[in-house]
Amino acid sequence: SQTAVKADITAYKGVWVFMEVIEDKGVCKIRPVGYELLTKGRELANTLGEELCAVVIGSDMQSGFAEISSYGADKIYSVNAPGYKDYNTDAYASAMINLINKYKPSIVLYPSTFIGRDLSPRVAAEIHVGLTADCTGLSVNADRNLVQTRPAFGGNIMADILTPNHRPQMATVRPNVMKKEILKPGFSAAVIEESIAINPKAARVKILNKHIDDVHGMEKLDEAEVIISGGRGVKDSNGFTMLKDLANELGGAVGASRAAVDMGFVPKEKQVGQSGVTVRPKLYVACGISGAVQHIVGMDGSDTIIAVNKDPRAPIFNVCKFGIVGDASQILPKVIEEVKKSK
Amino acid sequence: MNIVVCIKQVPDSTQVKVDPKTGTLIRAGVPSILNPYDHYALERALEIKAKTGAKITVLSMGPAQAIAVIRLALALGADRGILLSDRAFAGSDTWATSYALAQAIKKIGPADLIICGQMAIDGDTAQTGPGIAYHLDIPQITFCTEVDSDGTKVLVKKLIDGGHQMMEASLPALITTTMPHDYKAKYPSFLAAFHAQDKQTETWTAADVNADLAKLGLEGSPTRVGRIFPPPAREKGEIYSGSPAELATKIVEILKKENLIK
Ligand SMILES: Cc1cc2nc3c(=O)[nH]c(=O)nc-3n(C[C@H](O)[C@H](O)[C@@H](O)COP(=O)(O)OP(=O)(O)OC[C@H]3O[C@@H](n4cnc5c(N)ncnc54)[C@H](O)[C@@H]3O)c2cc1C
Ligand SMILES: Cc1cc2nc3c(=O)[nH]c(=O)nc-3n(C[C@H](O)[C@H](O)[C@H](O)COP(=O)(O)OP(=O)(O)OC[C@H]3O[C@@H](n4cnc5c(N)ncnc54)[C@H](O)[C@@H]3O)c2cc1C
Repeated sequence: SQTAVKADITAYKGVWVFMEVIEDKGVCKIRPVGYELLTKGRELANTLGEELCAVVIGSDMQSGFAEISSYGADKIYSVNAPGYKDYNTDAYASAMINLINKYKPSIVLYPSTFIGRDLSPRVAAEIHVGLTADCTGLSVNADRNLVQTRPAFGGNIMADILTPNHRPQMATVRPNVMKKEILKPGFSAAVIEESIAINPKAARVKILNKHIDDVHGMEKLDEAEVIISGGRGVKDSNGFTMLKDLANELGGAVGASRAAVDMGFVPKEKQVGQSGVTVRPKLYVACGISGAVQHIVGMDGSDTIIAVNKDPRAPIFNVCKFGIVGDASQILPKVIEEVKKSK
Repeated sequence: MNIVVCIKQVPDSTQVKVDPKTGTLIRAGVPSILNPYDHYALERALEIKAKTGAKITVLSMGPAQAIAVIRLALALGADRGILLSDRAFAGSDTWATSYALAQAIKKIGPADLIICGQMAIDGDTAQTGPGIAYHLDIPQITFCTEVDSDGTKVLVKKLIDGGHQMMEASLPALITTTMPHDYKAKYPSFLAAFHAQDKQTETWTAADVNADLAKLGLEGSPTRVGRIFPPPAREKGEIYSGSPAELATKIVEILKKENLIK
């Protein structure tokens, strides 16, 4: 099959998005990153003049199909069986490979999440295609190849990766890197039910038990529209209490730099950046954060960035829309006071 | 029980920059280190060795200088060190790298447990481990913070969204490890490093591991690195200074202007 892939790449058409399903308080739903990828996928599909398809593997996910349609999918491939309820590498990889071999898409996008990063390299290895990790930019060039832009070396460099001779071209993208937009409200995508038997190799691993430590940690930060973030310059947990107050006033969440996490001011789930969460809120306020590249890559998609730092040369001032040069511990209490008054 | 730990020598990525004129990496003077995730992976293997007496082989693919990370691993307590080094491997992406490493693991002999780091801090893809698992046709569990084995199965604590889950896999299996944020790598004592000098290292070529040349290096790699460039420069924003009270007023003004408070 490898040589076949190389021989006729023009037989591969269509842009696919693997839709991750998550369980939230016992209810299965589509993870929002899927909608971000559909929005980007729609743009790529339009450029190529091809169709956009969503792949949903899970159990009883039909209720999510209306929303998937509204984000612009032309078709939904649904692999629906009780055995697919929990993610399993072998079961999901077999199902994906089965679909890819049958329908031959030219592009497949996956979320760069615990599940997407477990599944996609396994699929890529088996069908011998390229996989580009954590893309921040995706476009189609004059040769109709996918240009996959990604940071490497901890965000210190960017690279354009191409997969000219193999199909499908596969890439992962972190949550909150692409913007999502409802493009076809009220539309109903064609649903193609595929029945694929569970790969017996799935039995090689077992889930013994699951613990959700902090439902309000990662997910909430992921989806917050306002984030008040603190770094080493916030000095102590009292400082973070102040950030929390401001976040409450503005209806947002608290984030942090790695230095603040390492000093124990806030749990690891609050860390924004390369080895933490990527965020894209309407407002990101960085207090006492110097602006190391590993932090910047996690927040520079935010609509408005306000930085408060007492050092006028801090690199964070090169990425913010509004830079406030001063002592956060003196400025923030006054901001909270004024915000309260103005309500 | 036989454990193989895959370790990669990486440049300290915090110190790597791009030459904005030529678009090439400036690596001169950048120290090479053992990928921290692999250091953590090796320590987990050493814990299992302490309990079960397992034999640990460390495997690295890279240029001759990568022998340094193998020596470090031997000093930390690994039993056998193999460097996979050949010009045929140059330019390998994660597909070709995982193929080459899997071929070497087949030659090492029946491995019960393979441990990789979650990711390398230079390429940053986290794709090599699952690739190896495919080539060996064994199960994988990724993003593990704890690994335990009695030689018949492997038990792990694996990160999931908002928490973790305990999982079990039959052997042989491949595990990738991610480290806790407060992880501090252990280094060998001078004495341990001194004694490790007696331990033999082996260097294998593509032919030694029966690798198909068409699956190695640039030819075997579906991905091509095109342009490399520094992260885009961003527009500089408006900068304000003044007394704390003035600045606080300024912030509130901005919040109102941007419709973030009514
Ligand atoms: C700028 C840039 C971008 C790149 N982007 C991509 C891309 O998107 N897709 C792609 O396929 N390739 C890419 N590559 C190539 C790829 O990074 C490496 O060449 C590949 O050999 C290893 O991938 P990694 O560094 O990401 O390792 P990871 O997959 O992140 O490493 C995971 C684990 O695998 C093991 N491992 C990895 N490499 C070795 C080794 N040489 N020896 C022993 N153990 C090892 C270690 O245990 C490690 O912790 C890129 C290279 C560059 C320079
Ligand atoms: C592999 C790797 C991954 C990483 N991943 C991440 C990541 O995901 N996220 C992340 O954030 N970092 C990450 N880092 C770490 C990163 O390189 C920086 O070390 C870190 O972001 C620095 O945090 P900081 O800005 O809070 O601290 P510092 O760099 O120490 O900056 C503190 C800032 O506070 C200012 N300040 C001090 N007092 C005040 C005051 N009273 N009022 C206002 N300002 C004040 C100072 O001027 C300074 O600019 C990673 C590093 C590596 C090597």
